[in-house]
Amino acid sequence: MSASSTAAGPSKVSVLADVFTTLHTQGRAALAPFVTAGDPDMETTLAVLESLDRAGASLCELGVPYSDPIADGPVIQSSYTRALAAGFTLERLFELSRQATQRVKMPILAMASYSLIYRRGIDRFVADAKAAGLTGFVVPDLPIEESDQLDAACRQAGLALVRLVTPTTPPERAEAIARKSTGFLYCVSVAGVTGARTDLPAGLIDRVQWLRTKTDVPILVGFGISSPEQARAVAAVADGVIVGSAVVRHLAEAANQPREAFLHGLKGYVGDLVAATAR
Amino acid sequence: MTPALPPAAPPLSQVPDTLGRFGRFGGRYVPETLSAALEQLEQAYDEAIADPAFASELDGLLSAFVGRPTPLLFAKRLTELAGGAQIYFKREDLSHTGAHKINNTLGQGLLALRMGKRRIIAETGAGQHGVATATACARFGLDCVVYMGAEDVRRQAPNVRNMRFMGAEVRPVESGSRTLRDAINEAMRDWMGSVETTHYIIGSVVGPHPFPRIVRDFQSVIGRETVEQCQRQLGRLPDTVVACVGGGSNAAGMFYPFVDHSDVRLVGVEAGGRSGKPGDHAASLSYGSPGILHGSLSYVLQDADGQTADVHSVSAGLDYPGVGPEHSYWRDAGRVEYTSVTDAEALDAFDLVAQREGILPALETSHALAWAMEEAGRRPPQEILVVCMSGRGDKDAAEIARLRGLSADGTSVPA
Repeated sequence: MSASSTAAGPSKVSVLADVFTTLHTQGRAALAPFVTAGDPDMETTLAVLESLDRAGASLCELGVPYSDPIADGPVIQSSYTRALAAGFTLERLFELSRQATQRVKMPILAMASYSLIYRRGIDRFVADAKAAGLTGFVVPDLPIEESDQLDAACRQAGLALVRLVTPTTPPERAEAIARKSTGFLYCVSVAGVTGARTDLPAGLIDRVQWLRTKTDVPILVGFGISSPEQARAVAAVADGVIVGSAVVRHLAEAANQPREAFLHGLKGYVGDLVAATAR
Repeated sequence: MTPALPPAAPPLSQVPDTLGRFGRFGGRYVPETLSAALEQLEQAYDEAIADPAFASELDGLLSAFVGRPTPLLFAKRLTELAGGAQIYFKREDLSHTGAHKINNTLGQGLLALRMGKRRIIAETGAGQHGVATATACARFGLDCVVYMGAEDVRRQAPNVRNMRFMGAEVRPVESGSRTLRDAINEAMRDWMGSVETTHYIIGSVVGPHPFPRIVRDFQSVIGRETVEQCQRQLGRLPDTVVACVGGGSNAAGMFYPFVDHSDVRLVGVEAGGRSGKPGDHAASLSYGSPGILHGSLSYVLQDADGQTADVHSVSAGLDYPGVGPEHSYWRDAGRVEYTSVTDAEALDAFDLVAQREGILPALETSHALAWAMEEAGRRPPQEILVVCMSGRGDKDAAEIARLRGLSADGTSVPA
């Protein structure tokens, strides 16, 4: 088992809480981009993370490539396939994370399929993540009924285990999920897979406002958000916005342009989103 | 005779528990978006099986639409050739649409009607489940979309055509290995966005709870009939029962009514492919390790990180890197033996059964037949060995001719 959180500095959950407190005093919502680890290669991912940090991202989700991601649409699925073909492994993920968490100030959470966590062993996966400086996990295929072991390991390690609520989650269940969530609560905007969409779903704003009355944990909204206009509308009611496929789409084009040009374009895009999160 | 079990060990048939656990296997590892639909399905299923009208409607369809009960046939000339135990075939190949898959699609189709869901999606490998789903949807007036790996669309063309004839939309899947596993991924993704109006008829005893239980229960008609037919026709239960295992639905349906009869030997035959090397076979229980794939914990062919491995089988229906969780439970409990048979052995068995019994078996089934032939020769003549003849092989005929370099009419092509 890993060392207790006090021995290794403050709990990552409280680090995350400080991020939201600071944002709150600044009158801003968080902007949390999602990046696939290892697409097109680990060096680029590291450069992308530094670029996102400089562009003002509040925290980042580092997508861990998995061969069978059933919650993901074609953009992230293809990104995972490219990363795996380029030789992605979990060893390389943790090495990348070690380097990244030393260079950037934004907290980084791993978005990983439970298939990978289970295979490595829950305690080992959590210990490796903690040693690499990661802040916690989003596990998109782990419902609350199956999560006791990972939850216990994360609590002991002081890492966040972010839970998801979706439009199909009944109200009572959403409250139960919110109670278990640590770090923040991931509010999925639509019933469907990841992927940019042009409009915000009807009822999203109401749903976030309802959740707000049920939990004190910060609420971040993700799935389908790609434009500053969408980000601005969500930032008005939620504690943050997660942008995934739209960022990953930039990665798909990374191979076709000089790295500096690609990073410059990405930084501009994310900078606009960050600006839109000011209330 | 079933010996009395010690009180500490409940019968093996008393699974899954309320969380969908078969021992340590099974469960429900899915995105939250699907949780409510799986709860709804579980509730609808529990209500349905408590409702005599549901059983009576399903039984009526199984009888008049499917043609059940399917016969138990003595394979006389194959038994003579093997020179040992008596070989019997449980003739699921005589079911309407040519395989056992229809038992499940009618049951789940009725559940969809009870839930008020008018759109059905399904995955298919060999195409038998796709055809059976299209058939049930035509019968019930439901919209039907079938996801099928592009490689399987090619090698199982007759089934693709038949699905389309019955009004189903077949969507070829080009991602990944372009086989069954990728078809399941795409069906799940569809369901993520359509779950409130759509029911996913999963075709095997795989996937998140409650699918492994529901599919097993609907397929258990195979084993129940076999128990009854053996007792009536042969005066006793068989010594050995064998079935092929990909996801494992025909095997689960055949074995389940036998698992508490501990004196009946149960054998599942997986796809041994070209060799035992990784990537050359699809034998999850023989070579895999516990892992999570498509929503449940079971034996999976995977790498050290948990990435799903590429698999191979000549048979599209067995070409899958996972297996139903109840099979993993039976394996670890030592109740069912799992072994594998190569592509070449399965193709030889196809020929033997075609030429000595006048039945073209499916390539999936040919795996079970290959093992049964070998084993029958090692057992004494008073023993009875039942093979689940899970499906007919018409769908495979063109692919077998292609693999052998034969022309479409089955003759050799001059070099």
